[in-house]
Amino acid sequence: MPTYQITINGKKQTIDSVDADMPILWVLRDMLQMTGTKFGCGKALCGACTVHLNGTAIRSCSTPISAVGDQKIKTIEGLSENGDHPLQQAWVQENVPQCGYCQSGQIMNAAAFLDSNPSPSDEEIRDAMNGNICRCGTYNRIHKAIKVAAEKGGKS
Amino acid sequence: MKDIKSSTIVKVDRRTFLKTGVMGSTGLILGTQIACSTLFQEEPRAKATFSPNVFLTINEKGEITIVTHRSEMGTGIRTSLPAVVADELEADWNMVTIQQAIGDEETYGDQNTDGSYSIRMFYMPMRRVGAAAKMMLEQAAAAKWKVNVSECRAKNNNVVHEPSGKKFDFGELAGDASKLTVPEEKDIKLKDSKNFSKIGKSTPITDLKDIVTGKANFGLDTILPELKVAVIRRCPVAGGKVVSHNAEAALKVSGVQKVFVLESPGFPAGFNAPLGGVVVVADNTWAAIKGRDALDVEWDNGANGDYNSEEYLTDLVAKTKTSNTIRRENGDIKKALKGAGKILDSTYVLQHLSHTPMEPPCGVAYAQEGKCELWVPTQNPKWVQEGVAAALEIKKENVTVNVTLLGGGFGRKSKADFSVETAKISKEFGSPVKLLWTREDDIQHDLYHSCAVQRIKVGIDKANNVVAWNQKSVFPSIGGTATNQAIQPSGQELSLGAIDFPYNVENVCVESADAPAKTRIGWLRSVCNIQHAFAIGSMLDEIARARNMDPIENALDLLGEDRQIDKAVFGKELVNYGTEYEDYPWNTGRFRGVINEVAKKSNWGKELPKGRAQGFCAHRSFLTYVACVVEVEADENGNVLSIPEIHYAVDCGLAVNRDRVIAQFEGGAVFALSGALKGAITFKDGRVEQSNFHDYSVARMTDAPKNIFVHLIDSDEKPTGVGEPPVPPVAPALANAIYAASGKRFKNLPMMA
Repeated sequence: MPTYQITINGKKQTIDSVDADMPILWVLRDMLQMTGTKFGCGKALCGACTVHLNGTAIRSCSTPISAVGDQKIKTIEGLSENGDHPLQQAWVQENVPQCGYCQSGQIMNAAAFLDSNPSPSDEEIRDAMNGNICRCGTYNRIHKAIKVAAEKGGKS
Repeated sequence: MKDIKSSTIVKVDRRTFLKTGVMGSTGLILGTQIACSTLFQEEPRAKATFSPNVFLTINEKGEITIVTHRSEMGTGIRTSLPAVVADELEADWNMVTIQQAIGDEETYGDQNTDGSYSIRMFYMPMRRVGAAAKMMLEQAAAAKWKVNVSECRAKNNNVVHEPSGKKFDFGELAGDASKLTVPEEKDIKLKDSKNFSKIGKSTPITDLKDIVTGKANFGLDTILPELKVAVIRRCPVAGGKVVSHNAEAALKVSGVQKVFVLESPGFPAGFNAPLGGVVVVADNTWAAIKGRDALDVEWDNGANGDYNSEEYLTDLVAKTKTSNTIRRENGDIKKALKGAGKILDSTYVLQHLSHTPMEPPCGVAYAQEGKCELWVPTQNPKWVQEGVAAALEIKKENVTVNVTLLGGGFGRKSKADFSVETAKISKEFGSPVKLLWTREDDIQHDLYHSCAVQRIKVGIDKANNVVAWNQKSVFPSIGGTATNQAIQPSGQELSLGAIDFPYNVENVCVESADAPAKTRIGWLRSVCNIQHAFAIGSMLDEIARARNMDPIENALDLLGEDRQIDKAVFGKELVNYGTEYEDYPWNTGRFRGVINEVAKKSNWGKELPKGRAQGFCAHRSFLTYVACVVEVEADENGNVLSIPEIHYAVDCGLAVNRDRVIAQFEGGAVFALSGALKGAITFKDGRVEQSNFHDYSVARMTDAPKNIFVHLIDSDEKPTGVGEPPVPPVAPALANAIYAASGKRFKNLPMMA
């Protein structure tokens, strides 16, 4: 089985002998014990596993490690040094989470979105976040928090 | 569901305290013992008396540890109850550490976090724990200063001698306080509500920062040395068995360690028994999943291979046309219907629902040498402990249940089936094992919310009065998951919205019929209130149209004078959410209060453009009074284009953690919309036809109401729960709004399927 060298949150990691088709999600969680990225559906349908690949939000459950190459992965653990990304601050300010399980995926999706669209409209936020399911139903607070972060210049 | 009879504060000696597994500490340690009676009639809850303890510790540094024994699945309970203690204690919240209790019935008593009753059950005991400790600290300070205790006041983790301004912090007093006698319950002085610092206000959840930084630990996040990962191929039909399997290809998958059969107990087997199947244990999750994909299994489908939910529901509809089992009766329904000038007759059909918490069922277990330790996202550690002990044939004391955060629960994680699976696999494999239910496992092997048929016949006389209400409620009972004797809904299930029908109609008859369970049925957030509120809320709107009245005017007219409804009206089968009826009677004045409030706040009857309209429903559940107005934008076929706003008015007594109460309603509205608009689990040949979020649709951000307004009634009444009450009124209010907007009346859920 192949060995991969990948960059996660700015740190080079060597992943020994894993299947080329192992999704990044399980590399993070099972190989590197980085559990901030969550499993939700395994089919890129819910967004709980969202991470950044070269700044773009991807579903790590459906992206194999062999597809990473030189691209840089960023996870919730690496979104900010002190947990103070504008979105993380806004999430705290608006008391967004209920159970909290989907929120790292929500935040990572929102972060990549704000990077590409720093001043989104209400509709653009809804469309961008529609792939991320929250069964607790915190959508309106997520929406509000993204607006709050955007107003404060939410680029990471 | 329990009812607190009395509570006593006890001082816990250090040895007992340490035995419970809470971190060692010196200083003041307090517990509370609560004697409860259980009235829940479902098999698993029918166990006698419990005596929980909840601990408060203050060490010599003034650091306070509050043990929380309820499971956190998103309601904020892990924060809200400790905040109650801290308020009465006059603690500095920054000095408080919250510690999750292990599963321990003897120490903590009931830990089953469901039924919307954590706050209802533990608000007062928690206040007493905090208040008793505060009194002891004040006494200790008074003794040190040799002054009268009435001159000493606890404030912000200190006790202040008011005349002189001298003060001790709690840490300086903890040692002395621990030597004092705990005040008797009658002597405990609680705070005046006007002095509350946290109760009735908003306390952010303790896990907030961890959640937004990815550090919060859920059931799937436990890491142990040598941890293996398991998945199970289960029979597609509930209760089926493995006939044979070929593991050759699976064992060739790199990382797969072992493949073995987990025996099936058949059907019905209760809430804690694994379904059985073929287990694949591997070095990592991906290998386990690939190994499972490579399995070849032959199944005996068992008793439920013939389950077709469409035919089943057709049969239930037919059953509403014959005479059925009477569960509540007032007056003479036959005569009243016969004599009525106008009859309304509607049948409502609802599909099964799946819980689909974002974190699917999962867990970690390590069974070795006659013991088992688990780390599980459970709503009910007691069932885990009992279920694992029975399955592994070991003593209950040898099962340690660590409760992690739950990535959603909604009732799914009160069942211990997945925890028992994890323990059995660990024992068989001989190392720590993590079990994952993939989303397909979750959707295809859930304990589903029952599908249901409701038929309501209403008689209106020539004077335009409603004189007859005949509801036939037919659905498979949760009890059918445990025994095939349970072929009709229990009185308790019918008390979730049907036999507790509060409207002042002279002739009322509530009936049920046989409906044997053909798959595992479980409770899902608000349970049978879903089908009952949908049918009743829809029919009340139909009645309003027939009487040519405004729907809210109609509801208030039918409600009659403000009163506490005489319990006898509901008949002998009423179960009042596990409480003494007299403690939480059906109060139509409070119901009228929320209805009037929602009418006012939603600007009920406001002018709206064509294609937009408001709909109304009010429903009491779990002792909380809720009224709801949904505004919808719909096309001429009734298709929902958007939901501009939802207004709730809520009387839950005192709202203990205000923002979390509001959050439950915001989220509950969205949860309800999933089932109202989209979600349906259907069966063909015993197999669930859906498998993941592409075909089991749940509400997404674009489906959410643009605005959700939650109006809390200011109240000093005893607090009641809010986890479930947001759900029931949304679907009927939405259906009524769609009717008002488009003329299309949806009587089946989901509406947009």
